[in-house]
Amino acid sequence: MALIELENIVKTYFLGEMDVPVLKGINLSIEQGEYVALMGASGSGKSTLMNILGCLDRPSSGNYLFDGEELGRASGDRRAMVRNQKIGFVFQSFNLLPRTSALENVIMPLSYTAGGLSMAERRRRGLKALQEVGIADRAGHQPSQLSGGQQQRVAIARALINRPPVIFADEPTGNLDSHTSVEVMDMFSKLNSEGITVILVTHSSEIACYAKRTICMSDGQIVSGIFGEEAHK
Amino acid sequence: MNTADTVLMSLKALVRNPTRTLLTMLGIIIGIAAVITMMEIGEGSSRSIRESIEKMGAGSGLIRPGWRRAAGVNMGSGSVTSLLPSDADAILAECPTVALVSPLVRASNMQLVFGSANWVPAQMYGVSPEYFTIRDWQLEEGRFFSQREVDINARVCLVGATIVNEVFSGASPLDCEVRIKNVTFRVIGVLKSKGANMMGMDEDDVIMMPWTTARMRITGRRTGSITGTTSTLAKKPGEIYPATGVAFYPEQDSNLAADTLVQPRFTFIDQIVFSATDPNKIDEARKEVTALLRERHGLAPQQEDDFRIHSASDFLKMMNTTTSLMSNLLLGVAIISLIVGGIGIMNIMLVSVTERTREIGLRMAVGARSRDILKQFLIEAVVLCLVGGVLGIMLGHGAALLVESQLNWPIESSPGAVAAAFIVSVSIGIVFGFYPAWKASKLDPIEALRYE
Repeated sequence: MALIELENIVKTYFLGEMDVPVLKGINLSIEQGEYVALMGASGSGKSTLMNILGCLDRPSSGNYLFDGEELGRASGDRRAMVRNQKIGFVFQSFNLLPRTSALENVIMPLSYTAGGLSMAERRRRGLKALQEVGIADRAGHQPSQLSGGQQQRVAIARALINRPPVIFADEPTGNLDSHTSVEVMDMFSKLNSEGITVILVTHSSEIACYAKRTICMSDGQIVSGIFGEEAHK
Repeated sequence: MNTADTVLMSLKALVRNPTRTLLTMLGIIIGIAAVITMMEIGEGSSRSIRESIEKMGAGSGLIRPGWRRAAGVNMGSGSVTSLLPSDADAILAECPTVALVSPLVRASNMQLVFGSANWVPAQMYGVSPEYFTIRDWQLEEGRFFSQREVDINARVCLVGATIVNEVFSGASPLDCEVRIKNVTFRVIGVLKSKGANMMGMDEDDVIMMPWTTARMRITGRRTGSITGTTSTLAKKPGEIYPATGVAFYPEQDSNLAADTLVQPRFTFIDQIVFSATDPNKIDEARKEVTALLRERHGLAPQQEDDFRIHSASDFLKMMNTTTSLMSNLLLGVAIISLIVGGIGIMNIMLVSVTERTREIGLRMAVGARSRDILKQFLIEAVVLCLVGGVLGIMLGHGAALLVESQLNWPIESSPGAVAAAFIVSVSIGIVFGFYPAWKASKLDPIEALRYE
């Protein structure tokens, strides 16, 4: 069974009298271990789709099955728990807590994990996650003392802290220069090779090249789903 | 998310911006400090008032003769001499809540002479031995007089500390002979100093002697105008007009004298002092004494009392009214300042929620539930208020200590006020922190993450 199953997902915003349809019936299935790039021009609905996939937003209609569980209509607390346990987020603007050390940023999600871990255990896991992204030596630094690439690595370590099966990355290289972009994208490739499903949202085809499957969106609909090498032509 | 983590997190968040945190807390600090200082000063002064009233004898009462009206003109206090020594005996015998009774005879403006020194004591009292217990007078040296000395009009007296200084130049006056109105008295005791009373009068400028002595030997035999002629103390007509002449009345023969019951000491006293069995029962005792005296004085129901009863509880009530009025007033001011402080907290918390919108969005994205966010901001507000409260308690206590050392006002630390300050600061945190926290918890994570 697929990790993510979307059936006829519709999302409509109501702005005053007017209905603005953003997603017009999306059907999509993503398997465990895939590396997917979600592409499209701005306004194509890719961010809305990603918010729905990431349990941050609810579809207006349609079914969203995650790991066999219907989440589109699940309670807020259940969805929060799924976000905590099964989903990792990486944002364009890193979204690290200011004046808080890298390590504390990384272990922050653990404080919302049910059945709390001891502080020592949290730190141990946090350091391990930082090691994985290769900046364990910067554990005590605050975001302002880190470069953009390092900050994004801290954000990736934070996304990994609960060993989620899937990581969503929204324009992860949008604020980085080309050199560090390559490093960060290599990181995602490495994670994917370890079996983690990676879903990228990007408008850059260069970045999309890293993915094994590219989904193009336009005007609220999927216009093409290309697999593997074809995407890179 | 467990509470200890949240508290730690909010402490970190507050330390991140120390100046703002301090300024936000200032309202609470000042409010709580004001409450604590006022409570400590208030407790201290009411304690000192209570002590000075207890020195006067908290459970004691004073009965004075009332006044007489002649053709609508009030003749003033003491214009009737209505109290009898037998009244004192009856009060003791018939009022169950009265423990001790002492008649009191006042002698004023009497010169005391000792050797070449002389002095006019402010007060000269004739009392019974019970008086010293009722008024809580202690002995410096010597002894009190006994009931027997009262019975025999003994010429003994006790002197206060001021008299020891003024007349005896500080030397022990025991067994010295002093003269008052050419009557010699032996000093048998020195009273312990009480200092000035609440009215500023020197309580140590006093001489005490058996009341019978004061009445019979010093002030003269004051007799009532109505009953005077039946008294043995009145002079016979033959003595008033010593010349030989016509006898106005037949001389008493022995038969007539035997048939006529003459009260041997039919004399009036100035005041009666009594104490209740329990200081709290003083009002009950007053009622019993009033009923008994009205009956003994044969007053009809519509007639007003021919005596007045005063008790220290009157002072206590008056002082309590004053102090509670003052503390209520100050409490009102403190509550206003705490509300202002609370609004400051709410204001800053709202700013903080807006400022940290992205943080809230992020926390929600990594799995924080609405209630986790609510808890975080609520606890932050409570911690802010609690820290402010603790600082306020310390500041308030410090200010009270300063007042004590600089102004010599009595203070008393009040654990109740400290506990109340704690509860109030936590409540302010919850009340004024709730709205911002609720607002934070209702943020949409997508909007919050995008917020610039």
